[in-house]
Amino acid sequence: MNLSYTVLIPLLPLFMFLFLGFGFKRFKEPYSGWIGTIGMLITALISFYTAFQYFFNYGKVDGVYQKIYAFNTEWIHFSDTLHIDMGVLLDPISAVMLIVVPLISLMVHLYSIGYMHQEPGFTKFFAFLSLFTFSMLGLVLATNLFQIYIFWELVGVSSYLLIGYYFEKPSAVLAAKKAFIVTRFADFGFLVGILMISYYAKTWDFATLTSLDFIHQLSSQVGMFMGFSIITWALIFIFVGGAGKSAMFPLHIWLPDAMEGPTPVSALIHAATMVVAGVFLVGRLFPMFFFFDDGFALQIVAWVGAFSALFAATIAFTQYDIKRVLAFSTMSQIGYMMLALGVSGYEGHEGLGFMASFFHLFTHAMFKALLFLGAGAIIHAVHSNDMNDMGGLRKYMPVTHITFLIAALTISGVPPFAGFWSKDEILAAAFEHNMPVYIIGFVVAGMTAFYMFRLYFRIFWWRDPDYHHAPHEAPKTMTIPLLVLAFMAVFSGFIPFSELVSADGKGFHSHIDWVMAGASVVIGLIGILLAYVFYKRENDLSTRFAYAFGKFYKWTFHKFYIDELYFFVTKKIIFQNISGPFAWFDRHVVDGTMNLIGNKTVWIGEKIKGLQSGKIQDYAMFFISGALFLIMVFWLLLN
Amino acid sequence: MILGVSIYEILTVSTLVFFIGVYGFVTRKNLIAMLMSVELILNSAALNFVVINKYLFPGNLEGAIFSIFIIAVAAAETALALAIIINLYRRVMSLNTDELETMKY
Amino acid sequence: MERIIFYILSIIIVVFAGLSVVNRNIMRSIIYLLFVLLAFAGLYFMMEFNFLGAVQMTVYAGGIIVLYINSIMLVERINSPLDVAKLWRRILAGVISVAGAIMALFAIWSYDFTEVGDESSITIQDVGKSVLNYGEHGYILPFEVISMLLLAAMVGAIVIAKTKKRNAN
Repeated sequence: MNLSYTVLIPLLPLFMFLFLGFGFKRFKEPYSGWIGTIGMLITALISFYTAFQYFFNYGKVDGVYQKIYAFNTEWIHFSDTLHIDMGVLLDPISAVMLIVVPLISLMVHLYSIGYMHQEPGFTKFFAFLSLFTFSMLGLVLATNLFQIYIFWELVGVSSYLLIGYYFEKPSAVLAAKKAFIVTRFADFGFLVGILMISYYAKTWDFATLTSLDFIHQLSSQVGMFMGFSIITWALIFIFVGGAGKSAMFPLHIWLPDAMEGPTPVSALIHAATMVVAGVFLVGRLFPMFFFFDDGFALQIVAWVGAFSALFAATIAFTQYDIKRVLAFSTMSQIGYMMLALGVSGYEGHEGLGFMASFFHLFTHAMFKALLFLGAGAIIHAVHSNDMNDMGGLRKYMPVTHITFLIAALTISGVPPFAGFWSKDEILAAAFEHNMPVYIIGFVVAGMTAFYMFRLYFRIFWWRDPDYHHAPHEAPKTMTIPLLVLAFMAVFSGFIPFSELVSADGKGFHSHIDWVMAGASVVIGLIGILLAYVFYKRENDLSTRFAYAFGKFYKWTFHKFYIDELYFFVTKKIIFQNISGPFAWFDRHVVDGTMNLIGNKTVWIGEKIKGLQSGKIQDYAMFFISGALFLIMVFWLLLN
Repeated sequence: MILGVSIYEILTVSTLVFFIGVYGFVTRKNLIAMLMSVELILNSAALNFVVINKYLFPGNLEGAIFSIFIIAVAAAETALALAIIINLYRRVMSLNTDELETMKY
Repeated sequence: MERIIFYILSIIIVVFAGLSVVNRNIMRSIIYLLFVLLAFAGLYFMMEFNFLGAVQMTVYAGGIIVLYINSIMLVERINSPLDVAKLWRRILAGVISVAGAIMALFAIWSYDFTEVGDESSITIQDVGKSVLNYGEHGYILPFEVISMLLLAAMVGAIVIAKTKKRNAN
């Protein structure tokens, strides 16, 4: 069975990037979009075929899903076990990503043809989208830690390029810079983790790293540091990298600002694919996380995830920019996934959390991309991000309205939509393993329903503002992706996910615990009902509530001043007290010494340049007298 | 081998010519005159080759052949140097070294 | 007899060499140089390097001196006296030259040369065979290199000395 064709999956988008990127002055507006879309369509078809074949044809051997190296080539050789490879690894989670990434990317490509209509740099946009898709596919198909790191940085670069797409806008440039610096800072932790692993485990290969025998052998070999195995520390460092990309507290500050990019970019990168890279990374190394020090690193993952979920949901209550609400919602949902990984066990039904995490990743990608694309259609129609400029849009934009409603119901966990199933699995896993985390997750479920329907009602009901020109429904290229994603959001919950994806690869039967499911549905409905009361019609109830909460409202509105805290730490403390003296030292002592040497050299040169008379006779005389002098010296010395 | 003349005397002559050439090279102001001093230096060196060949290694021919080569190189050098001097003279209208200092710092 | 002739030649060489570097008339100093070169050729004949002496006479005395005279006539007024260097420079150069000569002579006279008496004369045939031989004591390669050098020098001299048409216009 020759699987090396899978190498096309990442390479096709790379080719599209080069093709569009190098010829971008030559392609006129709609054509480059269609070229990119068709390239993406082919990639998606190959990916779907590969994933399908993997799940139902050859992936399962003796009842266990195998890790299959479809393609692997050694790139840089350090030792027999430690080498950087480039390859394609097929296993359940990468196969899931093979469905998510190309599907969302294809929808976003198609959508962008309408959305980016008559934007300058239309072709450049599609080239960057292809670059991102290439990087993301390379990331999910990576066979070893170093390959994942390389593509990890590449998605960072493409994210930077796309956030800063409107590079004439200072805020977009700042946001791009912020995203790059924050994630890069987090990636430093990732790199430290990789280096620690390479030193102690002497391999980067995923199949080796996650095999149980290797883990047992390694855990008896490596030393301890501050009470924990060194590998645990390495995993915590790696998780720092994952938390940076996945916008976990306290490294989340870049995600809301990243909404400065075009909306399709937000849908693709900052909702559906790139930001779940952290989840993917933890899932990739899950056996290591689970077995070292009885899953201490996993506990950290769980608590960071739970806290981020709660924290982001709180902020989402008070935001007015619809994309920011969605951004915080994304952060909250990724917190959910992290939480699920953190409470997962390993074998059989114990591994429910792992499976639930990837199930939620899958459904979340569908409905969050749908929400963002819907928001994009709304912004396209209203030319504003602010929900105060909106209201009553249901009459103008029926398709967007219905799909947005479906997505909102999905994220709120209303059966039978997809979000209900995945969220229920997460809560069930948390209930079994970690009660406090379950309570947080349960509360967040209600909060999610409330803020999503606040968003929904404020956009589509609330009041009828006087629009200068009536908003109109989006063009076909934009509504078709909405419909496709809405379909996925409704029905993807029925996929028997636990049979396909599980921590130990064996699969298991999951069953709904109706009591718990009922509880989460009830809290979701309470959230929706509250939102209905507050926001169905224009009223001042919410304003009064905001007054009642006073200080707390202000804090949440300003996102708990985390940005200001960072600014304070970097500007006031690091820049002034550490970098400042360094800069002074550099400018005055280091540069001063160098300038002194340079100036003195010039000065001496000025003084002695008269010796260089340019007359060969003088030189001859100096030369001969010098030679005679030396002869005399040696002669006297020898005698 | 010159009858009754030792190698010391011939080497004395060549040494004197050499240092006369050096003196001329350093004191002359005219480019052509400087070049003539160089010819003196070259000739004294050639004479040294010949004398040492004749007095110390009479069976060989190396000294004589090197002298021939020195003469050939001197001819080439003179021809080129004079060409340069003529070209220079066309530009500067002088051969005085004091006026040919434009390449000085 | 040979000794007397040698001394005469030596005196000619030293005296005219000195005159040629101090004389202020450039034409005269060229002629003095010619005498020096001819006396050198005489020394070569006395040492029975006949071919070398002939080359010295034809190339140096015949060729190079004529070249000098031609170029002097092209660029200088023959009668105008040459500039003299400053006195301190002349004194300094003299001191250096005298000191160098004393040192060199001291070194020569204090070294014990072992002279090998041999009366075999060298014919032009020997020289020719040696120059065109590629075996031991053969100099075909330097000979060819010299021929290339001469060619290059010739071309170079023409190119450098040639009047540029562009400049002329």
